[in-house]
Amino acid sequence: MGYKIYREKFADLFHELRASYEIYAPVTKKDKGMYSDTDLITYDKVESFTEIVFDKKTFFSPKEIVFPIRQTLFYFTEDSVLEPTKLEKDIVIFARACDINSFRSLDAIFLQNGPYEDPYYKKLRQRVKFILLPCDGFENCYCACLGTNITDNYSAYVDVRDDAVYCKVKDAYWKGLWSKYGEESEVEPRYVSKNENTFEIPQKINNSIFEHQMWSEYTNRCTGCGRCTVVCPTCTCFTVHDIRYDDNSKYGERRRVWASCQIDGFTEMAGGHGYRHKQGERTRFRVLHKISDFKKRFGFQMCVGCGRCEDACQEYISLKNCIHKISEIMAEEEKV
Amino acid sequence: MSVDTKKLVKNAYRVTKERYLTALRVRVPGGHLDTKQMTLISRIADRYGRGEVHITTRQGFEIPGIPMSRMEEVNREITPLLDALQKTTGIDLKVTFEGYPAAGTRNVSACIGNRVCPFANYDTTRLAQDIEGIIYPNDFHVKIAVSGCPNDCIKAHMQDVGILGQVEPLYDSKRCIGCKACVDNCRKRVTGALKFHNFTVQRDHEKCTGCGECILKCPTAAWTRGEKYYSVVIMGRTGKKNPRLAAPFLRWVARDVVLKICENLYSYIDKHIDRSLPKEHVGNIVDRTGYPVFRDEVLQNVDLGERAMVAKHINFGGYEYHSNASF
Ligand code: SF4
Ligand code: SF4
Ligand code: SF4
Repeated sequence: MGYKIYREKFADLFHELRASYEIYAPVTKKDKGMYSDTDLITYDKVESFTEIVFDKKTFFSPKEIVFPIRQTLFYFTEDSVLEPTKLEKDIVIFARACDINSFRSLDAIFLQNGPYEDPYYKKLRQRVKFILLPCDGFENCYCACLGTNITDNYSAYVDVRDDAVYCKVKDAYWKGLWSKYGEESEVEPRYVSKNENTFEIPQKINNSIFEHQMWSEYTNRCTGCGRCTVVCPTCTCFTVHDIRYDDNSKYGERRRVWASCQIDGFTEMAGGHGYRHKQGERTRFRVLHKISDFKKRFGFQMCVGCGRCEDACQEYISLKNCIHKISEIMAEEEKV
Repeated sequence: MSVDTKKLVKNAYRVTKERYLTALRVRVPGGHLDTKQMTLISRIADRYGRGEVHITTRQGFEIPGIPMSRMEEVNREITPLLDALQKTTGIDLKVTFEGYPAAGTRNVSACIGNRVCPFANYDTTRLAQDIEGIIYPNDFHVKIAVSGCPNDCIKAHMQDVGILGQVEPLYDSKRCIGCKACVDNCRKRVTGALKFHNFTVQRDHEKCTGCGECILKCPTAAWTRGEKYYSVVIMGRTGKKNPRLAAPFLRWVARDVVLKICENLYSYIDKHIDRSLPKEHVGNIVDRTGYPVFRDEVLQNVDLGERAMVAKHINFGGYEYHSNASF
């Protein structure tokens, strides 16, 4: 069902929604950009509709809402274990199609990748509803190349134009709320149909790519800062620590913390042994996971083409460019 | 030909080695000017000088080869430069067609700052212009430079007053992935103010320079920018007697404190300057009165704020040409 709701009315609707949900959306954090006098556009909890930023891509992705950067799994004492039990409200996330689609990749890893579901992820994930945002695309957006420009997985869609908010509500439970504030109107989500920059992932990526010298360029360029992975909505690697409290080392907590295949120490073993020491090897591992290995296992691409890895890389390393190179190498091999 | 050299010097010209030829120094506070002014400077150099411009160490321009007989014409020509100076600094020069009203207080120079540089903690050009607005025109011989961060690319440590931008880094442990990029960088490039303990970063505020590099290094924005602060170093100088680096005077003070102490500095000089000398340099005045007198007068009526640190005493050191050398 579609609705047109005037802005002030929508603010009331939002207020009512907030009573039942924790709402996350893109916001501007003033002066919180890395550089002085710059802002950070990112996801955060919002109190009012006016805080939401509709016209900018967030630097970080919404994954941290369901997969916190640092999460206490349980507390331990000498003879007991305690799980954090705080009961929270359900969660609403305002997101573009690519970001909503990224949850499909997250779900695959956390819920379908082995015999057990990840209970910590599931606990948060099952509380989430999405409100879809329209999108006109940004620099480094590749959603249309991956089909992640479109989604069906949303409870409502909102598009703020001039003095009104145009909505489509799919969630039966929400229809009452929306009809209370707006008049019915024909609304269909607006998606990006073509990206300014594009790539095409080769159908077949041969193992020969592993040893190819193309990766040595990244050994020279990549600094191993890990930004590309922390901003990626589909990177899910984590590590687990037991923290013992300083004043009583018998007490403590077990935490899980994001990890990154681009950063030193990833999958490091006793004696400092690691699988991939060179940044080129790490980049290969990351890129092939995004555009090939995950698909072999789950049948769809992990990468949703949001382009955040490119937005964030201070060395201007481009995923698009890397995929182009792989395509060319594969095409060359086809010919031979 | 009769020339009042005192007036000439005040007008930012100089007596050069070539008789009857002078050179004009153009102020560029903050080292930033628009291309219209550049064009005018080059036109003046073409029309009155030798078609050459010298870039000064203080980020101004010096136009050499101007006949002294044409100074009045040049003064009229530079009116748009003086207008621009008024506009950027807020100074009221009263008359702008009579040339620069003073030259003792030198151009306030600045590194490129946060309009371009990722490391800069603030807009250095703006601060330089605001300081210029407070201290110019003035005959006292004072050199001030402002730097965007403690790396001090503008060499604020060679000035009477050097301002270095600081930022208070704020740590949100919930966002930290423990990559230690901040810790390693601070140890290697800065002062080693960070420690990694129990999977969490700890910052030693005493050691922290407020450079903000940890914020730049952090991939997750666990470090973000807090308040802007400034540190002030004083009485650095070159010269033929006792060159020395400026010494730390204030740390973690706010922008308005910086402006206020620049203003107070001039009352201090006015009170203590030895008027029997042609021009006494502020560094020499401080050598005479001692640091405590300087400190108390410059900090008069200044609300330093909670975070401020003030040097208890200063040993300026430096070296003496005649005694510290071993040839
Ligand atoms: S963001 Fe760029 S430099 Fe940093 S790890 Fe990723 S590819 Fe390397
Ligand atoms: S601001 Fe600079 S000195 Fe202070 S902790 Fe960060 S990197 Fe170290
Ligand atoms: S750089 Fe950021 S994420 Fe890494 S240890 Fe420092 S605060 Fe934590």
